[in-house]
Amino acid sequence: MTEGPQPWRPQWGMNTVITVMVFALLVAAPYWGLPNYWQSLLYMVFFWVTLSTSWNLLSGYSGYFSFGHGAFFGLGMYGMATFATKLNFGFVSSVLLSGVVAAVLALAVGAVVFRLKKIRGESFALITLAVTFVLATLIVNTSIDGGPGVYLMGVQTPALGPSASSSFYYLGLGLAAVCLLVARFLFFSKAGLGLLAIHDDEDVAQVHGVPTFGLKMAAFALSSFFAGMMGSVHALYVSYVTVGETFNITVPLTVVLMSVLGGVRHWAGPMVGAVLITFLLNAFTDGASALIGRIAIGLILTFSVLLMPKGIWGSFQAWRKARQKAQHRAGSQGADSQSTPLNHVATKAPEASVQPLNWEREPVALRVSGLSKHFAGIKALDGVDLTLYQGEILGLLGPNGSGKSTFINVVTGHFSPTSGVIELAGVGCAGMPSHQIRRLGVSRTYQIPRPFTGLTVLQNVMLSSQYGVSSTTHEQARIQAMQWLEFTGLASKADDLPDELNLHQRKFLELARALAAKPKVLLLDEVLSGLTPGEIDVAVQTIRRIRDQGTSIVFVEHVMSAVMALSDHLLVLDQGRVIAYGLPQAVMRQPDVVKAYLGEGHAELSLPN
Amino acid sequence: MPSLNLLLQALAAGVFMGALYGLIGLGLGLGWGILKQINLAHFAWVFLSAYLTYDFKTRWGIDPLVSLLILVPAFALLASLLQAVLAKFAITPFNSLMATFGISVSVEALLQLVWSADFRRMPSPYDEMKFRFGGIIVTYSESITVVLAVLVCAWVSWMLYKTDVGRCVRAAAEDADIAQAFGINARQLSLGLAGVCGGLAACAGVCVALTFTLAPSQIFAWIGVVFAVVMMGRLASAWAPLFAGLVVGISESLTMAITAPTWAPLVSFTLLILILLLRRGHD
Repeated sequence: MTEGPQPWRPQWGMNTVITVMVFALLVAAPYWGLPNYWQSLLYMVFFWVTLSTSWNLLSGYSGYFSFGHGAFFGLGMYGMATFATKLNFGFVSSVLLSGVVAAVLALAVGAVVFRLKKIRGESFALITLAVTFVLATLIVNTSIDGGPGVYLMGVQTPALGPSASSSFYYLGLGLAAVCLLVARFLFFSKAGLGLLAIHDDEDVAQVHGVPTFGLKMAAFALSSFFAGMMGSVHALYVSYVTVGETFNITVPLTVVLMSVLGGVRHWAGPMVGAVLITFLLNAFTDGASALIGRIAIGLILTFSVLLMPKGIWGSFQAWRKARQKAQHRAGSQGADSQSTPLNHVATKAPEASVQPLNWEREPVALRVSGLSKHFAGIKALDGVDLTLYQGEILGLLGPNGSGKSTFINVVTGHFSPTSGVIELAGVGCAGMPSHQIRRLGVSRTYQIPRPFTGLTVLQNVMLSSQYGVSSTTHEQARIQAMQWLEFTGLASKADDLPDELNLHQRKFLELARALAAKPKVLLLDEVLSGLTPGEIDVAVQTIRRIRDQGTSIVFVEHVMSAVMALSDHLLVLDQGRVIAYGLPQAVMRQPDVVKAYLGEGHAELSLPN
Repeated sequence: MPSLNLLLQALAAGVFMGALYGLIGLGLGLGWGILKQINLAHFAWVFLSAYLTYDFKTRWGIDPLVSLLILVPAFALLASLLQAVLAKFAITPFNSLMATFGISVSVEALLQLVWSADFRRMPSPYDEMKFRFGGIIVTYSESITVVLAVLVCAWVSWMLYKTDVGRCVRAAAEDADIAQAFGINARQLSLGLAGVCGGLAACAGVCVALTFTLAPSQIFAWIGVVFAVVMMGRLASAWAPLFAGLVVGISESLTMAITAPTWAPLVSFTLLILILLLRRGHD
């Protein structure tokens, strides 16, 4: 079996050589007599590459589509107009300051909107667009502009290269190159993985330890910083800035368009789109042919979005992956070395160790007391007390709607409790944000699997390991993630997308992802529901092996045979209250438990066990 | 502080602008809320319709209100055809925005090719005819816009809430798959609804031609403020865009009267930001 591709590592090699050669060629070109017309055209290419790539840092990676890139770009334009003409700052400091001002505005906007869950998707796009127009109105009505526009003729641009127009050529090239390097670095970094996870499912990302607010703020600031710097250089290029030409819908729409056309889920996508569209727009420049050209561009855009919803780069990657898979299949036919969960049982871990008889002497992993959660008058949890000892499996039972899932959501920080105490190994954590609770050692699975659909199976698990366990390097995280995939029998699926897995495999992916954070306390929300009896047996073995590694488990489940086989204690909830707690056999004989499960009239019957 | 009469005149101008915002926003919001498409081509249809109204009037002397009878069915058909193409692809709301942006770019270039980038103003008898209402002067063009907007909203409201078709549409908007399982032909409905939106665009286009100076680039000038109106009102609602349009239109024109015209966007966009931040969400 050949080694699979490692999509999460930057691949130095042929690509790097080509990139360096192209860059060297671009640097040398003006000295070899590149005509001024081409230098200007290429400046426009660099300009759009910088703007769209910087837009992608937040919007493409995390899915927060901003329509406000024009605001940050425009702030950069007016930054230069103000710093260089009115305050007589130098060129470099004006450029950097413009970037900083744009980044500060981004942080101010982000500090308000990123806290609100309702500002996602279209609302974010609109609110950023609205910020653009508010900013434009403020600038046109104050002394920053005042109405007539600002001339920048007098500002000294540093002379770079052999001719006058090569100054802008090199400035554009430099900014675009730096922006692309930053985008590439971020894409392959831990932070980039976190941003991509936010795109797929922000709540789950946070539960898996991703500090979503901080990441979004940082990406927004970085994105705006580059837009601001590019704007400040562009102000000198056009040498006359007006509010009407700066803060309109053109910049945000073009930037979004280029990125979507190129592909937003990759650092290079916006670059591809920007280069393509800038050349296309330039192919038709005079009179009627320009208009026919624009008609053609519009239609090309429409059909490419319809036919390639993931963009050019996304479609290219999908095609390459499909081809690799086909080759792989052809190469490994006959030698089926897939590790399925079932042959895991054959090589399974040692039998469960003997469990202590006196749990009260064990250290407490999780203690909950008086925990309540009310939703508009409904008491989903009402004074719940619970103690989970280290290495224990606690079965959490109750009819539908009894508060089991709410319990998990409150303990993991998805909801903050109305009242009560939650202690993890003695540390109070009620009301903490979920990524911090994760760092204290709590993991969970979702009843309906919620994998990050845009990340591979391996990346899904790596994310959890990188954010859940402090100071894990990229390579360590990869090795650990592979181990957890082996453990759950998913190793052969490492490079697949979650959509390609069946339900059973998706449930095990949930498990692998929860385990990769090396939790002290693991909350399992109906991991067995929907599985076949054979698959349940495998899962029960797996859960036992998890416990044998010292993890304490809260096990929410309806499959009674598994509950009775695994649990050291049972706790039964009904309408948010604890109605029984104790050893499994004893609890299941209590009349009120039977009543809660089977209804009145069956209370006298005991469980056939 | 301007005189009371001036303020009233500004108020009237605001009502008229608001009605037009509401009329354009109604079609956009229906498509957004029910078809889950952010249809930028809607703006292209509005201005294509406006230019055609202008052309019919200046070339053949056809009255704008007669054009309305030709253009509404024509644009309904056009929008249905576009929907038939879009429906072939599983398209996310955001990609629909990009795809229809492409159409708008093409239409803008087409308008420029046919009618040039020059400003065009349709001479119309409705501009000459005015009446006094209290102390303020209202042209027939403006009144036609307001009356059309109210009539259209009433009709859409009746369709959505009083007919079986409307109930089907609302069910499909909530959950298309489930609605289909209950025997609703979602495809047919979506074609019909896209047609309605196209007709609304044509109607708004006639109003634009009646009262505005036309230029191809205007297609993109209206997007921001109409988006604000649509978001302020509820998506897929009949009266909300009109009310939101009135709020924006009136606040803009009062701002213009009291301060300077350049301050007008501040009010509507600050309103939009506040509404987005303060509306009830799942927080």
